[in-house]
Amino acid sequence: MSAIRSAAGEAAVSAPAGATVRTSAGPAVNTPAGASPGAAVRRHWSEHGLVFIAPFLLVYGLFLLWPLLSGIGMSLRSDNIAGTGGEFIGLDNYAEALQDAGVWSSLWNTVWFTVLSTVPLVVTGLVLALLAHHLSCVQWLWRLSWFAPFLLPSGVVGLLFLWVIYPSDFGFADQALASLGLHPGIGWLTDERYAMLSIVLTTVWWTVGFNFLLYLAALQAIPRHLYEAAALDGAGPRHRLRHITLPMLRTTTGVIVVLQILASLKIFDQVYIMTGGGPDDATRPILQYVYQAGFTGYRIGYASAVSYVFFALILIVSLVHLRLSRRTREENAR
Amino acid sequence: MSPRWTLGRLTLLVIALALVALWVLPIAWAVATSLKPESETAKTPLEWIGSTLTLEAYRQVWKSGDLTQWLVNSAYTSVMTTALTVVLCAMAAYGFSRTEFRGRKALYGLVLAGIMVPPQVLIAPLFAEMVQLGLVDTYWGVILPQVAVPAMVFILVKFFDGVPRELEEAAFVDGAGRWRVFWTIVMPLSRPVLAAVAIFTFISTWNNFLWPFLVTTDPNGMTLPVGLVNVQSSYGLRYAQMMASVVIAGLPLLIVFALFQRQIVRGVAHTGLAGQ
Repeated sequence: MSAIRSAAGEAAVSAPAGATVRTSAGPAVNTPAGASPGAAVRRHWSEHGLVFIAPFLLVYGLFLLWPLLSGIGMSLRSDNIAGTGGEFIGLDNYAEALQDAGVWSSLWNTVWFTVLSTVPLVVTGLVLALLAHHLSCVQWLWRLSWFAPFLLPSGVVGLLFLWVIYPSDFGFADQALASLGLHPGIGWLTDERYAMLSIVLTTVWWTVGFNFLLYLAALQAIPRHLYEAAALDGAGPRHRLRHITLPMLRTTTGVIVVLQILASLKIFDQVYIMTGGGPDDATRPILQYVYQAGFTGYRIGYASAVSYVFFALILIVSLVHLRLSRRTREENAR
Repeated sequence: MSPRWTLGRLTLLVIALALVALWVLPIAWAVATSLKPESETAKTPLEWIGSTLTLEAYRQVWKSGDLTQWLVNSAYTSVMTTALTVVLCAMAAYGFSRTEFRGRKALYGLVLAGIMVPPQVLIAPLFAEMVQLGLVDTYWGVILPQVAVPAMVFILVKFFDGVPRELEEAAFVDGAGRWRVFWTIVMPLSRPVLAAVAIFTFISTWNNFLWPFLVTTDPNGMTLPVGLVNVQSSYGLRYAQMMASVVIAGLPLLIVFALFQRQIVRGVAHTGLAGQ
């Protein structure tokens, strides 16, 4: 391997072939086929292209494109969970979905969770990153404690909070408040007023580490000389934060907000594990509704239709994001 | 920045340490609970350590055997998914970045469009497909739908596009074939980005809940998080055992993280941002 690599390096430096090659890689160069090493290389570039892509395309087609298309077909039928036994019913499933109070309430829960979780997740991520960056010591401690929960499976996080943090009275949350002199006896997950907030709290604790890391990387990429110049001008720390750090983080913030919205809209795991969508469906997200319709209600056609309603919501956010990022790219290019 | 300990910096340090405590406490509580005798786990007021420290809960959980089976299942499916994802996506990305054939742009567009399709949207039709293919309750049923990740192809295409072609061209001139060039020059050259992709894929597969939860019904075939959630009711009110299994389930990735902190941080930050 290393022999090939060094030989290749020599050839690129010494042989004139290197030069011919470069031009021939561009479009439409009239070298007679097979006459020069350039043509041979040119032939190499067009060889086996599909062979490289084919394995990916096969899996991609079978397990992404096909379900995406067959799902549309299913959503127009009244099939059971195995995808059989029904008949073509046109748009009935969609009509039903739009009139289904369960669909609307779980869509609302999903959006509400997204609204409640996005701001604290982004702001906390930023604050943690600023702290870690400015303290510039024991980096491993900050990274370990704030990012580590992100590495826990949702099953672990859900069961931890459900079993020993959130139970009333003997749960850790209640006991901690009690040791501060309060006696709340809060139904963290069982009281309709608190259940969604408790889920948001758990989610912030669990996933903020990801945003923290993204912000930390962005902070480390800010050129030092900006701060040095500002310090020479006598700018204090608060001034530097407002006029250098935060503006330099604007692009990152945009990306993080969009990623966070998309992630929050897909909420399922922690709700399903901690509340099962309750109390009284007050926390049930749209994905759980799809699950219930298809996997416990055996109506795969209807579940597909609701999935596409959900997909439309995700697509709108993605398209807005695309439009925005294109605009910022154009602004940056100017 | 100067590492002088001014009053301002000390205040920041105190705030940061308080936040560290807040983040560590739930995990510490899980560990503390798992080390208590079962009869003392639901006591008030709060006690960190029971009358004795005991590993009894761990012994009970380990003895039941399910946990080991789920660990094996999780390890197998995660390693296979990661290996297949890296190889398939790298090959496809190389194909898109380095070959010319008719329809290449259109195909690449088709792949990129897939970035906007969250796997969660496909659960219903995908499950029906799995029933028809007979892949429910099999390793392949868990693995295959997680392998073709368009975002990873995108990341790798961007990387390959930035690598100068001279090295490969020189190898062609020397008579090396396409495959040889890919495996012996391109892949070793791309080690850092491949590691980033692999780390990101491994973490997300190890922690994936929804799809393994849907496609496995037999407890013996479940991955660790799914198995735990599935049997939680059978723990009754044995909080110490519950927390012991939670600690065991959470530990593997934390150990990996402690060992490879730098690489993981870089990999996650790189892949997380570039994916968009």
